[in-house]
Amino acid sequence: MSVFYLVAFLAIFFALMTIFTKNPVHSVLYLVITFFTLTVHYILLNAQFLAVVNFIVYMGAIMVLFLFVMMLLNLNEEAEPVKSNLVKIMGAIAGMCLLATLLGAFRVIEPSNEMVAAHADIGLVENLGKVLFNEFLLPFEISSILLLAAMIGAVLLAKKDVKKA
Amino acid sequence: MGNIVEQIQGVPLNHYIIFCSIIFAIGVTGVLIRRNVIIIMMSIELMLNSVNLLLAAFSAYRGDPSGQVFVFFVMALAAAEVAVGLAIIIMVYRNTKSLDIESLSKLRW
Repeated sequence: MSVFYLVAFLAIFFALMTIFTKNPVHSVLYLVITFFTLTVHYILLNAQFLAVVNFIVYMGAIMVLFLFVMMLLNLNEEAEPVKSNLVKIMGAIAGMCLLATLLGAFRVIEPSNEMVAAHADIGLVENLGKVLFNEFLLPFEISSILLLAAMIGAVLLAKKDVKKA
Repeated sequence: MGNIVEQIQGVPLNHYIIFCSIIFAIGVTGVLIRRNVIIIMMSIELMLNSVNLLLAAFSAYRGDPSGQVFVFFVMALAAAEVAVGLAIIIMVYRNTKSLDIESLSKLRW
């Protein structure tokens, strides 16, 4: 039980570090640590498939993509645009207002029961795969088309314009 | 596996909701206070991940695997979004030589 609170605290801390660090590369690295703590959360929920996917796809693929783009664009602290302090404070206040609204809305929910792991094995690869390929077969195939479209779109967008060069 | 599952037994669902709301609010704040386009995209990833975790928590709480399948689809969608988004960012950088979101303000009518 206390593991949850420790990992939750770490996740919030590193998420804050992500948005407040000046150096963009450090920001990406803090985001990787945040995703790692979220992976630990998935393991605690016994969602092992999601933990592995989160680890490989988010930390392995997406974050490396971010790092590659940063290195490609040769970013550093000097090139970092900064907002004026007024806009920063207003943004922080707006974010806190959202949080206060959400927490206020959750106060009316009756206090929930504690987590019961009655169906502890739904997150295993075997059970999730059965659901994925029975009930969700059509969305699964459509998502493959989405990924194909995204791949073609990314290549087309990032390609150098031949006529201009 | 047994003792890991026992670790989570005492945590109420409300605490998951509060925790994910905090992470989501941090992501919104990041979008609002930063001007670097890449950091803004990273904040969006943070928001997506908080919602993912909440879906997984509800799924484990209700004993319904559909929530975890949704998380899987959201992850596939996030991968597509990041690929296209970063390609757009590279194109913008090539044209404006900066990553400042303000350099795109001429898109506003």
